[in-house]
Amino acid sequence: MEATAPAPEVICFETHPDRYKHLKIEVDGPVARILIDIQENEGLRPGYALKLNSYDLSVDIELADAVQRLRFEHPEVGAVIVTSGQEGVFSSGANIFMLGASTHAHKVNFCKFTNETRVSIEDATANSGQVYIAALNGVASGGGYELPQACEEIYLVDDRRSAVSLPEIPYLGVLPGTGGLTRLVDKRHVRRDIADVFVTLAEGVKGKRAVQWGLVDNVFPTSKFKESVEARALEVANGGKPDRKGVQLEALKPTEGEDRLDYQHVSMEISEDGRTATLQITVPDDVPQMPVTASDLGSAWFPLRAFRELDDALLRLRLNYPLVGLILFKTRGNAASMVAFDEQLDQHADDWFVNEVRLFIKRTLKRVDYMAKSMFAIVDEGSCFVGTLYELVLAADRSFMLEEDGVTFQMTNMNQGAYPMGNGLSRMQTRFVWDQEMANELAANRDQIDADEANDLGLITVAADDIDWDDEVRLAIEERVSLSPDSLTGMEASIRFGGPETLETKIFGRLTAWQNWIFQRPNAVGPKGALSLYGRPESPEFDFNRT
Amino acid sequence: MAISYDKIPNNVDLNSNRKLQKALEAWQPSFLDWWQDMGPEGFQQDDIYLRTAVSVEANGWANFGYVKMPDYRWGIFLTPPEKDRKIGFGDNAEMDVWNQVPGEFRKELRRIIVTQCDTEPASVEQQRLLGKCAPSLYDMRNLFQVNVEEGRHLWAMVHILHEFFGRDGREEAEEMLFRRSGNPDSPRILDAFNKPIEDWLAFFCFTMFTDRDGKYQLGALAESGFDPLARATKFMLTEEAHHLFVGETGVGRVIKRTTEILNEDPHGDVKKHGGIPLDIIQKYINEWYSASLDLFGGEDSSNAANYFGAGLKGRFQEMNPKRFTEHSALEGCYELDWVEEGQMGSHEIPMRRAMNLVLRDAYREDCLKSLARWNKVMEKAGRDERFYLPSQRFNRGIGVYAKQSFDPHGELMDDKTYWSKHVDWLPTHEDLDYVKSLMVSVNEPGKFAGWIAPPAKGLNGQPVDFEYVKFHG
Repeated sequence: MEATAPAPEVICFETHPDRYKHLKIEVDGPVARILIDIQENEGLRPGYALKLNSYDLSVDIELADAVQRLRFEHPEVGAVIVTSGQEGVFSSGANIFMLGASTHAHKVNFCKFTNETRVSIEDATANSGQVYIAALNGVASGGGYELPQACEEIYLVDDRRSAVSLPEIPYLGVLPGTGGLTRLVDKRHVRRDIADVFVTLAEGVKGKRAVQWGLVDNVFPTSKFKESVEARALEVANGGKPDRKGVQLEALKPTEGEDRLDYQHVSMEISEDGRTATLQITVPDDVPQMPVTASDLGSAWFPLRAFRELDDALLRLRLNYPLVGLILFKTRGNAASMVAFDEQLDQHADDWFVNEVRLFIKRTLKRVDYMAKSMFAIVDEGSCFVGTLYELVLAADRSFMLEEDGVTFQMTNMNQGAYPMGNGLSRMQTRFVWDQEMANELAANRDQIDADEANDLGLITVAADDIDWDDEVRLAIEERVSLSPDSLTGMEASIRFGGPETLETKIFGRLTAWQNWIFQRPNAVGPKGALSLYGRPESPEFDFNRT
Repeated sequence: MAISYDKIPNNVDLNSNRKLQKALEAWQPSFLDWWQDMGPEGFQQDDIYLRTAVSVEANGWANFGYVKMPDYRWGIFLTPPEKDRKIGFGDNAEMDVWNQVPGEFRKELRRIIVTQCDTEPASVEQQRLLGKCAPSLYDMRNLFQVNVEEGRHLWAMVHILHEFFGRDGREEAEEMLFRRSGNPDSPRILDAFNKPIEDWLAFFCFTMFTDRDGKYQLGALAESGFDPLARATKFMLTEEAHHLFVGETGVGRVIKRTTEILNEDPHGDVKKHGGIPLDIIQKYINEWYSASLDLFGGEDSSNAANYFGAGLKGRFQEMNPKRFTEHSALEGCYELDWVEEGQMGSHEIPMRRAMNLVLRDAYREDCLKSLARWNKVMEKAGRDERFYLPSQRFNRGIGVYAKQSFDPHGELMDDKTYWSKHVDWLPTHEDLDYVKSLMVSVNEPGKFAGWIAPPAKGLNGQPVDFEYVKFHG
């Protein structure tokens, strides 16, 4: 009965290292450290203690912020060590009592956000020249071992005590929910039978065997652990990029009204019935000249600022607006400006800052793809779905375009693969997954495309003239929000990602399918379920029937 | 060709309604083509004494005059809105009525409207050959009146599709003109509308029984929480009454003529004198009544429950306190006997799921009144025979009695007995051929074919021998 449960306390995703409770960032020339030192009683909500460096969403919000800021504010850093600030324990993963006390929707969104942060760590390693190194100076279990798996290299202290483990199955009757299983075989190349043994071994694996099995890259004795990891980090960082000047990410500070949120370029409006959110992005008239040093544009540069705002709005929608079932994307503003911004994004891709912004937009658009809400793009009078913003039309489940003089959209070079989806394809390639040649040809179109042409080309779903417009859109909205939200989420997740499987689609796909199923099953959450009885004297009782 | 919207009688502000204009620009020419192709064959250039609705006022909906059918002014009328009307029943009761299609119920409303709409052109197609063997000018005129008004009812439902369902609605409206009664590739939606009506007794039975189903369907929709649908169907009901009149009095006149022959001929040989024997009339009643029952749908219907629960389709005269005081229908069951494992047994259907049955019961009562009037004709003629309505279990194609062997009294029997006796209950080929053999055209004012009595009076105060149709062919 989650729909009738009281609205959750508003969760805010903006933070700053000055306000971190659980993490500490240390930057030391080319090497940075993220120290995990979780404060037991500073969780998001009362009712559980974050013992043994176990985490909840509040920790992950800090981690996401830390990864982000290291990229933008410390581009000189070439290696990031993730380690624990507590004795004998790296992390024991997601807090089980927090999970037990959370609504299903909260669990799902918590896991999804955690997954996205992990993928962003891998993105930093692969595309930002910031290589993540996990330094396991103590026990790493469950999510506490999945986080290291997202790092490029894992080092474990060999103290005959500290082990890595994924004990979700033997202890809790659920799965490692943030990619732990997928990364074992697909990324760390652990043989599948070894992986099978490992994930049912509650006590985990330590020392040499962890190296033999490929679970960690090396082990060092306690006395040499820190210096060995530091040495390796310095080696990986290779001097870093001291010539890069970081960009401070200014706070977004939206104005919060009743049922609306106003950022500088993005606004979010919740409909009266609470079921629909309109996200509108407005492109400014003025485009700053590209300075000699691109990072002088700062975090006020429209592409960065607008997508940070969009990102924040999406996260708020997920966690704070569970009743919203449909997002309407709208755009306003100056099309010529958007073309100019896209030219800057395109022509200066070699610059680290512009590259970082492109990567950030890519990740935000993926966040759009992974929304468990329906999405319609509304291409109406005054809209500005140009280039990068046209990706929102491609990301939407359906798009509606007004047949009227002057209502057009336009693609730019940024629609030709700058923002791949989780499946590794561009949104255009995914839309026409059976004919990549046609997809690439379409993305090369630079015309101002009106509704008729867009309809012919298959670039929108519905073209309607001003007579039909209101009814077409209203009916589609009303009908959509009346359908079963569960079936819609499953349907959307099934058809948004045509084409190949990747590590990423597997991680998100497995999460939404398997973990969400298990999280609903009596064997996990029933009165005798393993998750329900964790930490209590009774033993779980399973229904042993397989499906 | 530009359409002159002034020539289309309406009360939907057509002159300034761009949405409707846009839709009609494409649809109206197609409609006229359809009428030429599929409307009454052979009489399109003749002047017919027809009534035309030109407004919703008491004196406006029935304007009589000579019209060539293709020039008939098919119009769009909705009964004026009732101020602050609320939804009267179901889960949304007491809420304001919808003046737009609520997206949540778009698919249900579309289905309801499309199904209803499809019957209107279908019946015109079924009856297109009947003009050539009309038993009198009076009857021919009535046939054409029914036809043009079915055409207007098509307009009324198409208007709802055009005005409220956008692109989908326009496509559905086009489909109405593409489907063809009896066409194996694109048949009409409901089976009863796919068999041709080849003789006039069948036509009278159709208007008596099948159009009466229409009356009850429209009556149920007139209660709808979707106000434009309620208002459109309410106005259609005013016209529907004439069609039922044609049916009931038509069958009554056939009965009257047969009693005259019976009373004149000491041997009672009706066929010898070109009349239709009473048993054939009863067989027609059996056939058309049972086929019309199928139009109400299944006895236990989740669709019916959904429509009622949503407030889309009510019971007949739902808001008449003499009929219903409770409008949620969540309590109680409808008890019905049907066969399970070879045995008749009592079953309970939750009331909402039994809404088709509830509507059908009202229909049956209405039919019984006509039966009583026909039997009055028998009584007046001094005859002892009486007509009856067969059991709802007899000769059914849909629902819990479908494809089972019941006699007209509702007694379950083995298939073998049924098939040996059904020639006594339903028209045989021989019966149909005989009735068809009587169908000859009578075109002289005041003259009637020998198998039917003249009506008691003419139409609209005109004499019976009025020239209801002027031929120019």
